[in-house]
Amino acid sequence: MADVITYREAVAEGIAREMRRDPAVVCLGEDIAEAGGVFKTTVGLLKEFGPERVWDTPISEQAIVGAAMGAAMTGMRPVAEIMFSDFLACCWDYLVNEIPKVRYMTGGQVTVPLVVRTANGGGLGFGAQHSQATENWALTVPGLKIAAPATPADVIGMMAAAIRSDDPVVFFEHKGLLASKGAPPPPGHVVELGRAAVVREGADITLVALASMVPVTLTAASRLAEEGIDVEVVDLRCLIPLDTATVLASLGKTSRLMTVEENPYQGGWGATLVSVVADEGFGLLDAPVRRVAAECVPLPFADALEEEVIPTVDKVVAAVRSLAAY
Amino acid sequence: MMEATELLALYERMALIRRTEKAAHDLFMSGLVKGTTHLAAGHEAIAVGASAALRPDDYVFATYRGHHHAMARGATPEECLAELMSRATGLCGAKGGSMHLTKASANMLGSYAIVGAHLPMAVGAAWSARLRGTGQLAVAFFGDGATNIGAFHEALNLAAVWKLPVLFVCENNLYMEYTPIADVTAVPRPAADRAPAYGVPGEVVDGNDVVAVRETVAALAERARAGDGPAIVEAETYRHFGHSRADPATYRPAEEVERWLGHDPLDLARGRLAELGVDKETLTAADERARDAVQRAVDAAKNAPPPDPREALTDVWADGGAAWRT
Repeated sequence: MADVITYREAVAEGIAREMRRDPAVVCLGEDIAEAGGVFKTTVGLLKEFGPERVWDTPISEQAIVGAAMGAAMTGMRPVAEIMFSDFLACCWDYLVNEIPKVRYMTGGQVTVPLVVRTANGGGLGFGAQHSQATENWALTVPGLKIAAPATPADVIGMMAAAIRSDDPVVFFEHKGLLASKGAPPPPGHVVELGRAAVVREGADITLVALASMVPVTLTAASRLAEEGIDVEVVDLRCLIPLDTATVLASLGKTSRLMTVEENPYQGGWGATLVSVVADEGFGLLDAPVRRVAAECVPLPFADALEEEVIPTVDKVVAAVRSLAAY
Repeated sequence: MMEATELLALYERMALIRRTEKAAHDLFMSGLVKGTTHLAAGHEAIAVGASAALRPDDYVFATYRGHHHAMARGATPEECLAELMSRATGLCGAKGGSMHLTKASANMLGSYAIVGAHLPMAVGAAWSARLRGTGQLAVAFFGDGATNIGAFHEALNLAAVWKLPVLFVCENNLYMEYTPIADVTAVPRPAADRAPAYGVPGEVVDGNDVVAVRETVAALAERARAGDGPAIVEAETYRHFGHSRADPATYRPAEEVERWLGHDPLDLARGRLAELGVDKETLTAADERARDAVQRAVDAAKNAPPPDPREALTDVWADGGAAWRT
């Protein structure tokens, strides 16, 4: 294996590793087989595993996710792709009413081990219907696990955990990170869902980020270090299970907390995290909690407008300065 | 032609369902069943006739009007009534209720209360059966109203394109809830008339004739198992009760109600049994067994304990728990 792997290649590699070890893993989605995915995240799967395990579908999000559910209930481990996370709305019934509830409402009779993968997030100028960061949509529904890796190694490790999970997992692959590179993880690499990573240690302020906001936050942290502000960065990795223990532990060290979220401020994941901190970590805080999140508007097309809406390095730096000075 | 012993067994199963539905109605009216019920009295021949044409390991997906399907696949009156009455001994431990009867041990994989949502699931179960090479079939039972929802189209198209072993059985009882299906549908036969659009057979059958239903489903099941793809069955039938709860169904013309009540599935089966030489005493004995079994079920359900409140926090995840954070 090469010394470096892109996030994009890591998606296919992560799926392939699981397909090699478990014949129950099958893939379905629009343009995923012959075309290798519109984002080229499934390149090579058809060639290695053949058309009985890698299936092109019509543009039918309900059928894709509904069929994945039926297959998962009957012995398979399907990995379904929804091309853009905005399109989750087209099959939202399955992600809200069916998949997360069937185990519960049957009194535990049914298990749904499936993964819904989807290309998520903004920064690429795709406009209001192809750019949203929608992890927080899934966060409103008990019964879904939510993974959103930030690095190629985590893509592979979390994909392994997601596919092996007996619970349904919505797996957000960030479009803005597809070209990013990192070291490929060793064979058998598994990152347990619900384990955040402290990706930079610091003493002054805890910044919690997810997916593409992790590199934004790390860049901001480097700049802030030059000013003498020592930032700790937590990559949340998953929204469910939510690793509040790691966040509270970090807060015990820094006493200041800021979230960096790509989703709109209204209803963003940071609100849930911060509510736990307010409830259980109030005594640890020396300053108000801050949330840097997207503006509460649809995502605009032009770069100059999009940058105005979603968090940037400059916005994070400014917010941290203000919080550090409190 | 069906032999008398088999038809008698089907008759008794239908009688058991009829008695159970009557009991469910009475229990609802007396306040012992909360929430809602959608009774299938009148629809018995579709569930029992189709079930008689299936293998024990075939997959069945049903709707919120699904008591007859659970019972046709082996659920007992007591399991069903206990579920309706919020008892711990219910099919789903009282977590599902009337609309979600499920008997997964018999591959009756659920009753779904979002109209049409289970059609793609049945497609997925059929896909899974084919991938695993088991020869199993999946059947989705649904109402006439479901033929106008998007999931119907997506499921039919995908099943046809992939030539999957799945049958779509429409229970056309002429009303989508309170509105005549003919008033809101572009074609006279809401399910069968759509079949040509997907290049699949669409057969109309007297859904109150258990023998006709069995024969129609058996022929299409054989075809589907042989790899010739899915089919639609439109089984014409009629509700003996209203849509739900205490609906008196006054929107149905008296003359229509009278005509359909004169075409009762139990009466039709009785007539066929008489033609086969089964005497009246034998039929009366079957009726009495059904009546007694349901009375015992009502008594047992009434005496069963309520669920332990702690059960509310189980069965979200495959580990049995409900933890959303670490």
